[in-house]
Amino acid sequence: MTNTSLRRRITFAVARKDLRIEWNSRVLVNQVAPFAAIVMVLFAFALDNDGILQRVAPGLVWLATLFSMLVVIQRSFSVESADGALDALRVAGVDPTAIFLGKSIALMVQLFALEALLVGTAFVLYNITMSPAGLVEAFVTMLTATAGLACVGTLYGGLAAGVRGRETLLPLLLLPVVAPVLIGATRAMEAAFGSGGAQVSEGWPWIGLLTVFAVLFIALGSVAFGPLVDE
Amino acid sequence: MEPVIELKGVVAVLGSFPALAGIDLTVQRGEILLLQGPNGAGKTSLLRVCAGLLPIERGEGRVLGIDVTSQRELIRARVGLLGHSNGLYLDLTVEQNIMFWAATVGASDAEVASAMKRMNVDGRLAKVKASQLSAGQRRRTALASLIVRRAEIWLLDEPHAGLDASGRDELDGLLRDAVAAGATVVLASHESERANGLATRVVTVDGGGAR
Repeated sequence: MTNTSLRRRITFAVARKDLRIEWNSRVLVNQVAPFAAIVMVLFAFALDNDGILQRVAPGLVWLATLFSMLVVIQRSFSVESADGALDALRVAGVDPTAIFLGKSIALMVQLFALEALLVGTAFVLYNITMSPAGLVEAFVTMLTATAGLACVGTLYGGLAAGVRGRETLLPLLLLPVVAPVLIGATRAMEAAFGSGGAQVSEGWPWIGLLTVFAVLFIALGSVAFGPLVDE
Repeated sequence: MEPVIELKGVVAVLGSFPALAGIDLTVQRGEILLLQGPNGAGKTSLLRVCAGLLPIERGEGRVLGIDVTSQRELIRARVGLLGHSNGLYLDLTVEQNIMFWAATVGASDAEVASAMKRMNVDGRLAKVKASQLSAGQRRRTALASLIVRRAEIWLLDEPHAGLDASGRDELDGLLRDAVAAGATVVLASHESERANGLATRVVTVDGGGAR
């Protein structure tokens, strides 16, 4: 078996395993999704004005995504450390790049589902409307932003996994790094939603930025995850 | 007899602390070797060198014919180290845990079924989440994972820890079965009396050396 096909097989085994853990435990469905929805409701209470809500809805969606993502990442690595499973993978010489890619894919699937829920909530609570072109742009924005967030989250989650006080360390490390995604995704989503009179065409350059960010962190994570986890 | 572990004058350090001070060790295929000695004697470090985890500073060694200095990644893939934790995913069932490890090496469903049967974690137990298992059942699940990973040398650090009397008896029987099926077992244990009855040879580790 070639190294590439071995890596692919392990990548999908890790992704399947993480999604199976979520399916068995339902933490995303029973805890994270309600948390994210509550954040959206609280934003609505705090900015109790339809005009303002419609204008800032894209930013609120991505802020809620980032807060929820922290919980999902902590969870993704707490299941690895609860009985020394990540150590066991390392000890067994399992390809760290495949572990990184597998965990990133699983995180991406979960974050994408969460974002879909948040966008849906924004439609209901904030009275958002979208054209078909905007809908396509919103979908592509979610895909590219989620890929970047998942890769950064996996990389920093792995880094913080073995450190005492990781619950507080992770947000401190992660939130500054994902600021470009927050900015890019918010601007692209504003164009998709038509917030403040923005045109759909204005969003595509920001999607380009999100794509560059995602590609950069896929490459960086593939190289750096092994040494970081070993440390 | 064929040596599967050969270490000569191996020196290893943990940070600035000398963990192994010129240790010599030979383990033959099919042995159950007991490493005994006080806390901090170097038993765990010795297991980690054999697993390709701890680099050596001086000396030379081969595990399954592979150089421990330059090819540690290759060693890792062929030996199984089980420490104080079991390396299980607590939200997965016994079967799902073992299937995951099988997928990492391309083991077949038949191999999974055989390993589960050998470690007595098949049947109803297969569908139970690891979080709901007893300490002994978790240990057996972890050992079944070693089997599907096709580990040729089992390096076990305090394998009897946390098990009750019947669990310990059962574990001893399982290790004897594993050796009969072709594995080699090296175990570090404080419980010398119990492990002495299991081991085919005993090596005392003290001050980072073996005798």
